[in-house]
Amino acid sequence: MDIHADMDMDGFNEARAARRARLRALSAALRYLMLFTVGLVMLYPLIWLVGASFKTNAEIFSGAGFIPRHPTLDGYIEGWRTSTPYTFGRFFWNSFLIILPKVIGTAISCTMAAYAFARFDFPLKKVLFTSVIAILLLPNVVTRIPQYMLFRDLGWLDSFLPLWVPSAFAGDAFFVFMLVQFLRSLPADMEEAARVDGANSLQTLVYIVVPMLAPALISVCLFQFMWTMNDFLGPLIYLSSVEKYPVSLALKLSIDTTEAFEWNRILAMSVLTITPALVIFFAAQRYFIEGISAGGVKG
Amino acid sequence: MARVQLRNLEKVYGGTVKAVHGIDLDIADGEFMVFVGPSGCAKSTTLRMVAGLEEITGGEVLIGGQRVNDLAPGKRSIAMVFQNYALYPHMKVRGNLAFGLKIAGRKKPEIEAAIAEVARILEIEPLLDRLPKQLSGGQAQRVALGRALIKKPGVFLFDEPLSNLDAKLRASMRVRITELHRRLKAEGLSSTVIYVTHDQTEAMTMGDRICVMQAGRIMQVATPKELYEHPANLFVAGFIGSPEMNLLDGRIEGGDFVIGGQRTPLGPKVTDRLSDLPAEAVLGIRPQHLGLAQSGLAARLTNAEFMGHEVYLHADLEGRPIVAVVGAAQYEALGRAERIHLRPEPEHIHVFDKSGGGNVSLRPSRLAA
Repeated sequence: MDIHADMDMDGFNEARAARRARLRALSAALRYLMLFTVGLVMLYPLIWLVGASFKTNAEIFSGAGFIPRHPTLDGYIEGWRTSTPYTFGRFFWNSFLIILPKVIGTAISCTMAAYAFARFDFPLKKVLFTSVIAILLLPNVVTRIPQYMLFRDLGWLDSFLPLWVPSAFAGDAFFVFMLVQFLRSLPADMEEAARVDGANSLQTLVYIVVPMLAPALISVCLFQFMWTMNDFLGPLIYLSSVEKYPVSLALKLSIDTTEAFEWNRILAMSVLTITPALVIFFAAQRYFIEGISAGGVKG
Repeated sequence: MARVQLRNLEKVYGGTVKAVHGIDLDIADGEFMVFVGPSGCAKSTTLRMVAGLEEITGGEVLIGGQRVNDLAPGKRSIAMVFQNYALYPHMKVRGNLAFGLKIAGRKKPEIEAAIAEVARILEIEPLLDRLPKQLSGGQAQRVALGRALIKKPGVFLFDEPLSNLDAKLRASMRVRITELHRRLKAEGLSSTVIYVTHDQTEAMTMGDRICVMQAGRIMQVATPKELYEHPANLFVAGFIGSPEMNLLDGRIEGGDFVIGGQRTPLGPKVTDRLSDLPAEAVLGIRPQHLGLAQSGLAARLTNAEFMGHEVYLHADLEGRPIVAVVGAAQYEALGRAERIHLRPEPEHIHVFDKSGGGNVSLRPSRLAA
């Protein structure tokens, strides 16, 4: 009797487990469908942009679909030539010449500033850190004019210098703040171990802190890269000769100079413009997730 | 030679909070000195001042006769093992071991040889190419030990190095560290150790001498045996020994100690000096020195903990809790009795001054030592 009762119980439990598994599968399917739909809505403009860059000008406004009926590379070929004496490659090069020193300078200067704020005591530290926060809250536009006057007096107008030199001296309070916060979350034990091992402050920074800071530092570089790539106002204010335009200005150039806009050229060059940012973002994405400090400290 | 001397060492935080109150301590070359005390007693702060990781507010630290107050940690001929191991997470074990030597500008073959030797001593050869996150707690601790050992420092500083390990591993690491110390000493290498812990078992089993600290002051510095047998004050008496020493309030009358309405005779070492003793006092007797008897202090048994070959008897003596450790057979013989009689062994009785907390039953000569 007991055995039968047990078997009935088993059967009942199995049926219940099977039903639960089915429900779980269904709920997972619904969840994914939802995610997919929302994801598509968000990504559609980007997908359309890529599709439309292969369309003819006539086709672009004929429907909301993104698959070109008559695919053509005209947009890319004509767009690359531009309406100026330079190809689009020149503008990419200009962007590169601004971004490279800016990103490297930001990484080095912000790390040093953040290390000082997070780990050392020095006179006026509180006042200085408060001013960093204050700069963070200050709208950019407030400093535009004084900065312009300063760079004009330095004779830096129509050069790349105003675009990257401030950043190379830890001028971006946001990054300093971000790194300070990250450093504060790291235990100081490793740095103390390095000091006991005989390393001075700079050696500790280079050999111990920077590797641990890598995930945050990569985020800093990535943000700086993307913001600089997208920066429009800075180059617009400081650069006057077309030969020095970065891509953000060059894109606008093709809208200004032609009477009838060649939309497919603009779209094609837009695609090219966002490509480096996308590639770098996906390549570096792993580091956002990977916490390199895991495992070094227990407890 | 790596003798460590602390001279009136002080630490004040923020100008007002005094953490270390003028410590004087002499640690001989090759000595294994343990700093022990409850958390917040500034034992770690003191160690960190010796290491150079904490600024010294007052007094001085001498290592090998040289004043090191203003020397960077790397120049003090010390190595330190941290509680969380503090291994460099992005370097393999090999890199962790090599770092100090690389910074010191040693040649590559020399570094390789040193790594091989340390890895052999600590049996970490198979781990050399692993990252710290791929190590278990015990392995990480051995690597941390290796990182200290490879520098061949004058003084090893340990900051609660075993507190993150489980009990079994802790016991084996304890033995390993003690053996290592003995070995270094036998090989004639400098091997002064300052070891911070809050665990009295570690302190008692490892230290040549123990420095018991409380609230930034040294309570007593002595060998483990001396601390156990002749605690200098109430704090040390209560801190060292397991189960804790029974401390009973009462007063001295004639040659007896009176607790509530009961009397127990004091031993000759106390009665010799009755005139020096205060009337109000605290009697200290270790649970191991309380025996079951037909007569003596009458108490009510409240609980018995069976520990195998012995039993901890918890009893109530005139409203004061008291613990006695008796043999399992003696406990059996009690049957189900609730009233028991406990007799303190007179030669093991300590009498403490109620106001100052000092052990007044110690001979003055011993106190001076």
